[in-house]
Amino acid sequence: MEEQRLINLEHISKAYDGVTVLSDINLYIRKKEFVTLLGPSGCGKTTTLRIIGGFERADSGRVMFDGKDISNLPPYKRKVNTVFQKYALFPHLNVQDNIAFGLKLKKAPKDEIAKKVDRMLDLVNLSGYGKRSVDSLSGGQQQRIAIARALVNEPEVLLLDEPLGALDLKLRKEMQLEIKSMQQRLGITFLYVTHDQEEALTMSDTIVVMRGGHILQIGTPKSIYDEPKNAFVANFIGESNIFPGTMVRDELVHFCGTDFPCVDAGFGEDKPVDVVIRPEDILLVGEDVGQVTGVVKSVLFKGVHYEMMIDAGHSTWKVHSTTMQPEGSRVGISVVPFNIHIMHPMQEEKGNE
Amino acid sequence: MNNLQIPAWGVWAMLGGLGVFIGLLILYFKQNHGLKRPIFASPYTLWMIAFTVLPCILIGYYAFTDANGKFTLDNFKNFWDSNYDMNKELIAMGFNPEDMGFSRGTVNVDTLVYSLWMAFLCTVICLLLGYPTAHIMADREFKLGATLVILFVIPMWMNFLLRTIAWMSLLEDNGLINNLLEWLGIGRRQLMYNTEAVLLGMVYNYLPFMVFPIYNVLNKMDYKLSEAAMDLGCNKWKTFYKVTLPLSLPGVVSGITMVFMPAVTTFFIPRMLGGGNTEMFGDLIERTFLTANNWNVGSALSMIMMVLILLSLGLLRKVDPEGEGGGMV
Repeated sequence: MEEQRLINLEHISKAYDGVTVLSDINLYIRKKEFVTLLGPSGCGKTTTLRIIGGFERADSGRVMFDGKDISNLPPYKRKVNTVFQKYALFPHLNVQDNIAFGLKLKKAPKDEIAKKVDRMLDLVNLSGYGKRSVDSLSGGQQQRIAIARALVNEPEVLLLDEPLGALDLKLRKEMQLEIKSMQQRLGITFLYVTHDQEEALTMSDTIVVMRGGHILQIGTPKSIYDEPKNAFVANFIGESNIFPGTMVRDELVHFCGTDFPCVDAGFGEDKPVDVVIRPEDILLVGEDVGQVTGVVKSVLFKGVHYEMMIDAGHSTWKVHSTTMQPEGSRVGISVVPFNIHIMHPMQEEKGNE
Repeated sequence: MNNLQIPAWGVWAMLGGLGVFIGLLILYFKQNHGLKRPIFASPYTLWMIAFTVLPCILIGYYAFTDANGKFTLDNFKNFWDSNYDMNKELIAMGFNPEDMGFSRGTVNVDTLVYSLWMAFLCTVICLLLGYPTAHIMADREFKLGATLVILFVIPMWMNFLLRTIAWMSLLEDNGLINNLLEWLGIGRRQLMYNTEAVLLGMVYNYLPFMVFPIYNVLNKMDYKLSEAAMDLGCNKWKTFYKVTLPLSLPGVVSGITMVFMPAVTTFFIPRMLGGGNTEMFGDLIERTFLTANNWNVGSALSMIMMVLILLSLGLLRKVDPEGEGGGMV
């Protein structure tokens, strides 16, 4: 595994005017991997990308590329290409010349350039658009050209900075699948920045969740969704019920006035914890058999499922279910031990910052 | 120049115009959409007619008539042949002026060519100085950019005559610069009353007109474009001439227009800093009107100037059809 690491960030820190944006980031990216940096705005994900692209210098730490230190190389000497947030296509060049820009700089032969440009236009489903002016294209088309312009240089890593941010929902979903399949076909490493958790879950091999200049969790989409490391990650990825609780002992947690059996251990006895439960993991059962009982406060139809808010005295539960319980009815709430996720409380995390 | 007197009817006309304008404004606010565009635009139209269209017609009238008001093309002939009057007498006496060595005297043409040459030099120097200045001002990493902009704007608030006279006191034999030169042991020298001093005055006066259009375009340019160029393999210089320069061309074109046109018609500066040794076309027109008191020839000269300017404007329109570089700070 070790020799497959293409990019290795070692102890990267960065501050602007005394404000820390990245503190001690350590991250490696394997060959042919689709890695997503995910986090709210201001978490440092774009800065991380720009440091790899060469547009920013880290205050401390090293950027290793294929075993070599590239921290001080300018962007034009790095084997990476970037797809910019607002595309940054050259308005004075047509589509063809935009895509050929990098190849012309490398003094590639003319017929080879033409061939590669055509192949790229094919890849992004825009064959025949070569002579068009950039301004005449729609947002989605400009996005494809921006990807083609970067990919034509056959970079070892493609950096994408929220490339779908400006597109509407339907187009965004289409492009997500297209980008993912492109990456699989070409076998190029993609480093993708987004604040959209759904996008991250759909496309990535590995998700890196960031907040406030720190990496909170690294893992596959499934592991991050199923085993979030703390309440922030749980809340940011998908929807969650987060309750403050107490770990009574291993495999038993107390919250919402009841003891729940769970599968987590090693937190100690009588320690405060955060309890995270996904809305779709909650079972609504008869009033008499539930671990907790409550009243259905509201019901929303969400297409695939109903979203119900259930008031259980001191706590409110968000429940997703395909069967609807009428508003005002009393229900029992039951959660199987496997679906109760115990985390160290967030206060501890804040103390580290 | 204190003999400028506005006749009483002129004052009344202006006051009347102002009154009409205010009345229309009140009407406009009262019934917002009730007024038709032409009525609302009438003060502007009147203004244009009184101060732009009428003078142009007058220039046309004077240019094509002689002192008695009869149609003639002599004013233009006179331009090509400054010795025209003398030649005419020679011809009347039965001589061929060219045989006698009295060829066409081309003082006016020389002045025009000299003006064009000086304006060209001024534009080139302004471009060479102005582009890097604008580039530095628009640089994201250069924190003093805004201060520089203000430093360039402040002198423009002063009258250009005043600025030129200020240069005189700097350059004169007992001026600041000569004192400094002597103090440094280099010795005093003649700084004024030559072409270089005129050029200096022109560049000083017109430089902001080159800097600001270019600055405007560069400032609005998305810096991500240069990042994209670097990402695709351009070093700093290649980024400049492959992306920044082509995208800033509208500003350059607009800057050239805004420097070259007033530079051709420059007056006063050559008289002050050139000491009358050199004359430019603007001075020639002024002299013809005010000193020689020949409105007909003066109008003809003005018309020639106007045609030249219109031609160059049309040419620039072709390069920058949208006028993107236009607009000052």
